[in-house]
Amino acid sequence: MSIPATVPLKPAPWKDPSARPYVQLERLTKKFGDFTAVDDISLKIYQGEIFCLLGASGCGKTTLLRMLGGFETPTSGKILIDGEDMAGVPPYQRPVNMMFQSYAIFPHMNVEQNVAFGLKQDGVSKAQIKERVATMLDLVKMGDFARRKPHQLSGGQRQRVALARSLVKRPKLLLLDEPLGALDKKLREHTQFELISLQEKLGVTFVVVTHDQEEAMTLASRIGVMNHGEIVQTGTPSEIYEFPSTKFVADFIGSVNMFEGKLVEDEPNYVRIQSDELGSTIFVNHGISSPPQAVVWAAIRPEKIFMSIARPEGTDNIVQGAVQDIAYLGDLSIFLVKLPTGKVVRVTRPNTSRHSEEITWDQQVYLNWDSTSPVVVTR
Amino acid sequence: MNERRSLFILCCLGFGFAFLYIPILSMVVFSFNASKLVTVWDSAHSPTLKWYAALLDNDEILDAAWISLKVAVINATGASILGMLAGFSLSRFSKFRGRFALNAMTTAPLVMPEVITGLSLLLTFVAMEQLIGWPAGRGLTTITIAHITFSMAFVTVVIQSRLATFDSALEEAAMDLGAHPMKVFFVITLPIIFPAILSGWLLAFTMSWDDLVISSFASGPGSSTLPMVVFSKVRLGVSPEINVLATITIAVVTLMMISVALWMARAARLDKARQ
Repeated sequence: MSIPATVPLKPAPWKDPSARPYVQLERLTKKFGDFTAVDDISLKIYQGEIFCLLGASGCGKTTLLRMLGGFETPTSGKILIDGEDMAGVPPYQRPVNMMFQSYAIFPHMNVEQNVAFGLKQDGVSKAQIKERVATMLDLVKMGDFARRKPHQLSGGQRQRVALARSLVKRPKLLLLDEPLGALDKKLREHTQFELISLQEKLGVTFVVVTHDQEEAMTLASRIGVMNHGEIVQTGTPSEIYEFPSTKFVADFIGSVNMFEGKLVEDEPNYVRIQSDELGSTIFVNHGISSPPQAVVWAAIRPEKIFMSIARPEGTDNIVQGAVQDIAYLGDLSIFLVKLPTGKVVRVTRPNTSRHSEEITWDQQVYLNWDSTSPVVVTR
Repeated sequence: MNERRSLFILCCLGFGFAFLYIPILSMVVFSFNASKLVTVWDSAHSPTLKWYAALLDNDEILDAAWISLKVAVINATGASILGMLAGFSLSRFSKFRGRFALNAMTTAPLVMPEVITGLSLLLTFVAMEQLIGWPAGRGLTTITIAHITFSMAFVTVVIQSRLATFDSALEEAAMDLGAHPMKVFFVITLPIIFPAILSGWLLAFTMSWDDLVISSFASGPGSSTLPMVVFSKVRLGVSPEINVLATITIAVVTLMMISVALWMARAARLDKARQ
């Protein structure tokens, strides 16, 4: 997991209570028999956003997307798009387009005909169709492949055709189901940034479903983390990464060291947590709202733990351990440090200089972290 | 070792081809035989085309061929439509009242002995004629209905298995782009499964063209199909005209196969050229 993506430069409409949401979900629930796929979700998505629904497979994110597209009927609750209730509106009358996970490119039509399909349904004139299709194909850099059949295209090219086809009708809202899932890693990274620049150019609102947290971090203006049909946290990528609200979110996004402990000092401006797992106390320089003596978890990201051979200054947040394993990843190295309590702590260090302080296997090291680094979650 | 093995393989190949094609070849050769006796090669006057000329004058066989062709075409078309409807409802609707019954009934003719199918159809036709006066007598209509009944099962199976691998996202994508479900069916679904429908049609055509047992039960005077005429003639001794008829059939089928192969090769070449 790399450093989280930069905070979007656009103003944040979700912080403005007077802003009108473009998509509004009100207590949306979908049940398949006894199974609740989407459980009482309320959500507001604003114009121009890239909103990522992030979750493991089976968490209900695709069902939610399909309800927005009109392919599933909600069991209860409401979907409003641009202020209009979508109940009973079939997919072919919604102001929404969708890019399918399988891309769903019509195999019996060539690239051009695929992209033109949506415009034909709207009765756009032939000359206009031709012009708009050509413009759109140029935009996704597929202009040279207009006459190709889908089976003659690579995965990345199919993805572009699917994107062009879903954007050519100029929808206000585009739903993307795992848009980059079928691409290899290098191509995926490249396409992520293209997708963002395209979205900014066209001003379309994107709702993206993905299970890939890196993808969500790169693309999203906001992320909704889903688990068991519920949205457990909504926020910008950095909010989700830096201030996860639950153990699940902290663990799901990136890697984290989780220490269970008890609140022993609970003041408005700091807390101290006694953790048996750590064999020490954790000092956090801000207050939290939790009953005293409650069981809490302190989550510390691996890159926020410093490692040294000499004992660092200060008294708080310092533990000693032995290096158990080292993984060299090029840009950074991962160290697994075993504490006397048996707990293994994950620490990452950027390989900034070629000859940094040499730390090898079985070496005794000190770990310490800033008192702002731990995130305390209560569930 | 290697050479011996390749010799063995060549022998296998030769035997296989001989097993498959010698009967056909002998028939083709004997269609040019001058002798009236099918099994005696008249080397003095052969080869000759006189039986070909005789076939063109044989109204009985030509009429039967014409009836068979009509029945086969109507049957293939009707069976394709019905089979498509059945295939769709069986593969698209997971639960409905009578699904099990429909599934069982459509596949029953696949395993039912033809004699039983034919007999039950005959009884139905007679009972219907007595009750509602239709179909009046046995003839083209009853043969066609009987053929549709049994060949529909095969079309259903073909289409059902094609739809099982159909990505429903294609239809959803078309709907998402603004096409009405009816239009989606005709513009997306139908063209994509068209090869399956075509092979179902051809299957139904062939089965009808070939059928003897069920036709015999469902036919009446003046409505003998080609297989019925051939079979009745063979019982009185094979006439050389039957050899001619068989040769022509083989020629037509071979020509069709070759032209389809050529057409596919051409389509592939054009596809490549377009890149």
